[in-house]
Amino acid sequence: MAIEFFNEMYQGSQVRAPYARLEDWMRAMPAEFRQMKQAEAEALFRRIGITFAVYGEGGDPDRLIPFDMFPRVFTQVEWHRLERGIKQRARALNAFLLDVYGRGEIIRAGRIPARLVYQNAAYERAVAGFTPPRGVYSHIVGIDLVRTGPDDFFVLEDNCRTPSGVSYMLENREIMMRMFPALFRENRIEPVDGYPDLLRRTLASVAPAKCEGEPVVVILTPGHFNSAYYEHSFLADLMGVELVEGADLFVEGGFVWMRTTEGPKKVDVIYRRIDDAYLDPLCFRPDSMLGIAGLMDVYRSGGVSIASAPGAGVADDKAIYTFVPEMIRFYLGEEPVLQNVPTWQCGKPDDLGHVLDHLAELVVKEVHGSGGYGMLVGPRSSAAQLEAFRARVIANPGNYIAQPTLALSTTPTFVNEGIAPRHVDLRPYCLVGERIELVPGGLTRVALTDGSLVVNSSQGGGVKDTWVLAE
Amino acid sequence: MLSRTAENLFWIARYIERAETMARLLEVGGRIALMPQAGHGYRNEWDSLLRASGTASGFAQKYGDPVQRNIESYLFFDRDNPSSVASCIEKARENGRIVRTALTTQVWDALNAAFQEMRALERRPRSELELTQLTEWTMRHTAMLRGAIDATLLRNDGYHFLGLGFALERADNTARLLDVKYYVLLPRVDLVGSGLDNYQWQTLLRALSSHRAFHWAYGGEITAGKIAHFLILNRQSPRSLMTATGEAVGHLDALALAYGCATPAQERARRLLRQLETTSVEDVFEEGLHEFLTRFVQDVGGLAALVQENYLSGEAR
Repeated sequence: MAIEFFNEMYQGSQVRAPYARLEDWMRAMPAEFRQMKQAEAEALFRRIGITFAVYGEGGDPDRLIPFDMFPRVFTQVEWHRLERGIKQRARALNAFLLDVYGRGEIIRAGRIPARLVYQNAAYERAVAGFTPPRGVYSHIVGIDLVRTGPDDFFVLEDNCRTPSGVSYMLENREIMMRMFPALFRENRIEPVDGYPDLLRRTLASVAPAKCEGEPVVVILTPGHFNSAYYEHSFLADLMGVELVEGADLFVEGGFVWMRTTEGPKKVDVIYRRIDDAYLDPLCFRPDSMLGIAGLMDVYRSGGVSIASAPGAGVADDKAIYTFVPEMIRFYLGEEPVLQNVPTWQCGKPDDLGHVLDHLAELVVKEVHGSGGYGMLVGPRSSAAQLEAFRARVIANPGNYIAQPTLALSTTPTFVNEGIAPRHVDLRPYCLVGERIELVPGGLTRVALTDGSLVVNSSQGGGVKDTWVLAE
Repeated sequence: MLSRTAENLFWIARYIERAETMARLLEVGGRIALMPQAGHGYRNEWDSLLRASGTASGFAQKYGDPVQRNIESYLFFDRDNPSSVASCIEKARENGRIVRTALTTQVWDALNAAFQEMRALERRPRSELELTQLTEWTMRHTAMLRGAIDATLLRNDGYHFLGLGFALERADNTARLLDVKYYVLLPRVDLVGSGLDNYQWQTLLRALSSHRAFHWAYGGEITAGKIAHFLILNRQSPRSLMTATGEAVGHLDALALAYGCATPAQERARRLLRQLETTSVEDVFEEGLHEFLTRFVQDVGGLAALVQENYLSGEAR
């Protein structure tokens, strides 16, 4: 099956406007120079320590995510539309969360089935009826987007809990600016380095009512064995806040405190990078070593804020995803700026029939899966793989959704043979607090293997710097 | 500062100092093994080194008899030995990774480079590596780390927790090293008797990088009294108990000043320093060198426990 892919740089032999200046840069770069620069970039990543830790597999525990030096570029006009769509979606998702932990209007109105919400594994009964500061549940919304044409963007999924990868957005830019300063003089590129400040302000803006004075913000990490530990420490450093583990915090007198060399210090806002289930052994998993006993009581009595709020995950479930356009209409009275990918729920008999009939054309995913695992890309699978997957879907249809195989856009990418188009996606990070903010940029992930549509770093994906041109 | 961060910094320093001590011990052993009459005292020598490093029982369990090659491996490479150079460097680096943002790039570089090179050393055949290469390698890297800390780190509380770690570990290590040799000093205070004893002392001084320094400071014959003075009470000697304790006091004073709050740890450290200041070599021998050192090691241990309680646990107010 031949699919026509949108190339973000070339239309035929014509170079699209945003990439005009990159054409010369690319042509003028001899292979040896490029290899030298690539080695330099890797050395910088290692030196700064931007690695993700992989334990228990042998080899070097500090791995690098492959960095591609060829930037991905958006014009101001393209970005403006994305920005509107992303902010709109972030608003609607938060309105939905506020609603389903409150009166449940959208369910009463019959727009979303109650079962999908209240029986969802990510729905936290423990916070039903509690309204977090400013009514915000998801303070950092990562929206995964793919592009299929000049004006066609689709939302692949929403991440309302703790989307990761923002450190790459920031470091990719730092490294590009160090290595190719001339590029940044020739092109006027919107900066992204305001992100840590915006994040700190966003978090401070949702401090609990009981907080007096300047809010104390911390980042809660599962610890240094976590694969994203670098990102946690990196953000803490840039925001100038403490990076804490569960054992550094304790609850006393209705507040959360951290253990410091000068004695206990009160904490007002916790940006947690651990899952709901591990937050508080008294409320969720009793065997959690990562959490803080009594945290949820303090949270519900307004002694501390947690970002994202416990329970936010119910909004980014793959089954709920289908209803996001409906949420936008229901809560905001607007039409969605960004489209969903058409999705079939295998749990519905009609949909299942369609999926089984068209398995070879579809992408099938597990409802709760992530990281590109447990997924079938129909057009790229053998007959045997298709049959094996068919059996799995039939055995447990409710566990799967299916989407058409999207013709993910490509951008030029440095590969061994020179420069070749590779498929990309985009994850911008939208901040929701007192205001809704979006830095002009995001994380572009690129599938480095020829023809591959899977961009996850666990599956051979790399990252690129993402530019938004200022004019 | 987060108590855990302070604890990580404190332990980076302790592990690095310990790695260096291990390397120095290995150097002592290697030199003594080169002596012509090593035959007789040889086995005792390695035994005493294992005891000085607190690794004797672990070694005996794994290898039995002290064979030089095995001891070298055990003290340098063996991850089963928590005090081996490799274990110490790995733990120091892991502590560093946890508090990466409390360190400058240069300090992290020094820690990380030591770790990466250590891994490369481990991959090389043991037969290609001379003992002196290993010990010099260790001292070079620990010196680079100290240099990076000294040249680039902000003089804030984190700096003082690092300094405290170095000082307490050094005080403990010097006392233990000295204690292993105390019996050589026993017979007569004024002159070390046989040629062998003399050589052992010279080697010990050399291992403490104090061989030349000692001669500059005292001149003349090596005597037990001079050596004890040099390693216990001399303020110029960088590894003496006096110097290490004085540094610990300095760092605790700085912390108390920065936090605007005195602590029992500070008080205890000052008391320990005062005791040293009012002690003479004669007093030390009067009490018994071994008894004196045992008491000192316990005092340092008590001080470390107070530091833990006052600063690193986050409990005290």
